[in-house]
Amino acid sequence: MHVPDGFINAPVSLATGLVAVAGLAVCLRGAQRELDDKTAPLAGLVAAFIFAVQMLNFPVAVGTSGHLMGGALAAVLVGPYTGVLCVSVVLLVQALFFADGGLTALGTNIVLMALVTAVVGYTITVLAQAVLPKVRGSLVPAAALGALVSVPAAALVFVLLFALGGNADIPLGEVVAGMTGVHVLIGIGEATITGLTVGSILAVRPDLVYAARRYRQDLAIHHAPARWAGRLR
Amino acid sequence: MTKRTRGFLAGLLIVTLLLAAIVSAFASGSPDGLERVSTDTGFGDTAEDHALADGPFADYATAGVDSEFLSTAISGIVGVLVTALVGVGLFLLLRRRSRQE
Repeated sequence: MHVPDGFINAPVSLATGLVAVAGLAVCLRGAQRELDDKTAPLAGLVAAFIFAVQMLNFPVAVGTSGHLMGGALAAVLVGPYTGVLCVSVVLLVQALFFADGGLTALGTNIVLMALVTAVVGYTITVLAQAVLPKVRGSLVPAAALGALVSVPAAALVFVLLFALGGNADIPLGEVVAGMTGVHVLIGIGEATITGLTVGSILAVRPDLVYAARRYRQDLAIHHAPARWAGRLR
Repeated sequence: MTKRTRGFLAGLLIVTLLLAAIVSAFASGSPDGLERVSTDTGFGDTAEDHALADGPFADYATAGVDSEFLSTAISGIVGVLVTALVGVGLFLLLRRRSRQE
């Protein structure tokens, strides 16, 4: 979904740039609470992993492909604030070194692919965790559902931006229908990759998965640093 | 950091490099969802050329490398390493700052 320069006009691009800066400022503060000696290097490698998986376009329909956005995945693995920063680092590297995603569209792309996917993906994941059985394995379907919803959510926010500042006069209904349809399909791929990745890491190092902390009460209570103790009840 | 954690992180980096260098050769070359919709509905031609389209790794290809496989693989490895360096650096910095408060 990397938006190139030109799709969205200058005023709306400026506005999304300001929203992106504000969002990143909030996340830079919030991430300090999520990051410790172990999770800081993990978060950097999660960003690199998302870069790599974003190269792996999968076919979704004839002549159309999609790739992981990664906001939901990153938020589940390393926390929502750090997750936004992970995808933002990927988008910055892609725009500067790979000519992927326009420079004036960087704010738009950070809003769509970092902020929207991480916030929507993480929120849905936490809601699903509240409903599903309180066992660690529940995180896999919960994260997959979050990932599934995050992609059409980002697509709809793109349509909103296009409605406000699209540089072409296109009937909005067509853009809504096209963007929603194809991004539900891409969301299925996003859900599959997110579920597989979260499941794999849970199998070997569940203690490193941010959104799995709530399942570790009995195990973690003796070792938890003081600052977690409140959250663990 | 324990040896076990270091081993896990090293494994994650190796898997990541293999995805970017080798699995990437099997990626679909079709336009992505947004590109497809922009063409189908008629706003595709409002896209402007990227300001850095002449960069050495533009469009995940490596300038001067003829083999398509190597061209993609090198750009993928560079991208993974740059992203990891920026990411690990940023997050270590944030972690440290939180310690000082």
